[in-house]
Amino acid sequence: MPWYVELLRAVVGTIIIFSGVAIVAAMLGVLLERKISGWIQSRIGPTHVGPRGVLQTVADTIKLLQKEHIVPRNADAVIFASAVVLVPLAALLDYVVLPFGTTRWGPLIFRDLNIGVLYFAATSSLIVLGILMAGWGSNNKYALLGGLRSAAQMVSYEIPIGLVLITIALLAGSLSTVTIVTMQAHLWFIVTQPVAFLIFLAAATAEVNRAPFDLVEAESELVAGYFSEYTGMRFALFQLGEYAEMFAMAALAVTLFLGGWRGPVLPSVVWFLIKLYALVFVFMWVRWTFPRFRIDQLLNFSWKCLIPLALLNLVATAYVVMVVQR
Amino acid sequence: MTGEAIAFYVLAAITLSAGTVVATSPNLMHSAVALIPALLGITGLYVLLNAEFVAGIQVLIYAGGITVLILFVIMLTEGGTGLHIRQRNEQAAVAAAVAAATAAVLVAVASRTPWAHGAGTLPSYTPGAIGQSFLGPNLPLFEGTSVVLLVALVGALLIARKEIRE
Repeated sequence: MPWYVELLRAVVGTIIIFSGVAIVAAMLGVLLERKISGWIQSRIGPTHVGPRGVLQTVADTIKLLQKEHIVPRNADAVIFASAVVLVPLAALLDYVVLPFGTTRWGPLIFRDLNIGVLYFAATSSLIVLGILMAGWGSNNKYALLGGLRSAAQMVSYEIPIGLVLITIALLAGSLSTVTIVTMQAHLWFIVTQPVAFLIFLAAATAEVNRAPFDLVEAESELVAGYFSEYTGMRFALFQLGEYAEMFAMAALAVTLFLGGWRGPVLPSVVWFLIKLYALVFVFMWVRWTFPRFRIDQLLNFSWKCLIPLALLNLVATAYVVMVVQR
Repeated sequence: MTGEAIAFYVLAAITLSAGTVVATSPNLMHSAVALIPALLGITGLYVLLNAEFVAGIQVLIYAGGITVLILFVIMLTEGGTGLHIRQRNEQAAVAAAVAAATAAVLVAVASRTPWAHGAGTLPSYTPGAIGQSFLGPNLPLFEGTSVVLLVALVGALLIARKEIRE
């Protein structure tokens, strides 16, 4: 295939991922969040725009598009502006290796990389850079504190996620996401690896900065954390990045533990979406149920609980795979 | 020009221009942030060489790990956003001459060496082979590196503990 066709495919793929994520993850995600939080807190949530408030986030997006970009006078303009690009970009890159379903011509995926899981870990680790840049560039103490907290938190919680990824790769014998799904044809990995699943869910919640681990943007302490100074569409892009990352983490959990697109009767993409939204619902349920941790509790939980547990689980799995099953 | 060559020159330009900013920017934070495109450009070069595993590790460790560490440390040090550090001193001319001479030698060596082409093709899945080589022929080297890292870790703990006791 000539290179310009490849380039064109990449551009079209990027546009499809961006618009898909913006609609499915960000717009629908924010609406779901508001409806579910309303339901949990015995409220109704948005009702006015569209039937039962369905178009509320569309209206919000249009409003945000019209708002002025405000750059604080003492902000570092270059870093302030480039942080906005980095956060959603890193989140969107995750979607390259996620298999959404299967068709007659093979699995529905942008690129079935043979280092798929490693690629996901690498791209999702870039988000913290954007958060740090936003925190510094704003030249605001709340934003800086949010950025510092996020660095400590995300670096700590990347380790248990990495250990879980290694465990699953060991079990499947491959780093490719498609192979991992194929290996779950008979038994989902959640059955053989329940501990790894729980570690992954807890670490993923922290990695995407959601309550009870949302110290990065704790409203009662830091206004909005690293994006306090952002307005209009820049604010919306941070939201997009955050929701895109949450959906990517849920999609990875579906791929690693819940058999990916596999399921009876219904088409594969529908099964994938059902599992994805079930996990997203769990994330939202947790957010509106648990109170926020303190920063020392948060770091202790990762270093003293999740990492040793994940290491033990890895060693046990390696023993079973390499010694018992041979 | 093939697509591969265009990709190489674009990636090389990104890496070099970002590297120039890293070396010359008077603002510490800008230098650290410019490391990100420089390291990602090198990642692209690895991908062009079919070394996908190394590319993934490069992003995970260098762009996602080391750069975060550097930014974190800068944030904990003194100095605000408007801080300007002088990047040159009176020896700039001498340094430039030495750098130019080194560059000339390197270019001469690179262009005159008959580069040997290895036989056979690359395996399609390299992580397995890399792991085998780490735990097989290169085991002493691998373990030696981990001992060095452990020493660094223990040393850091020792220094950090002393401060608390005072």
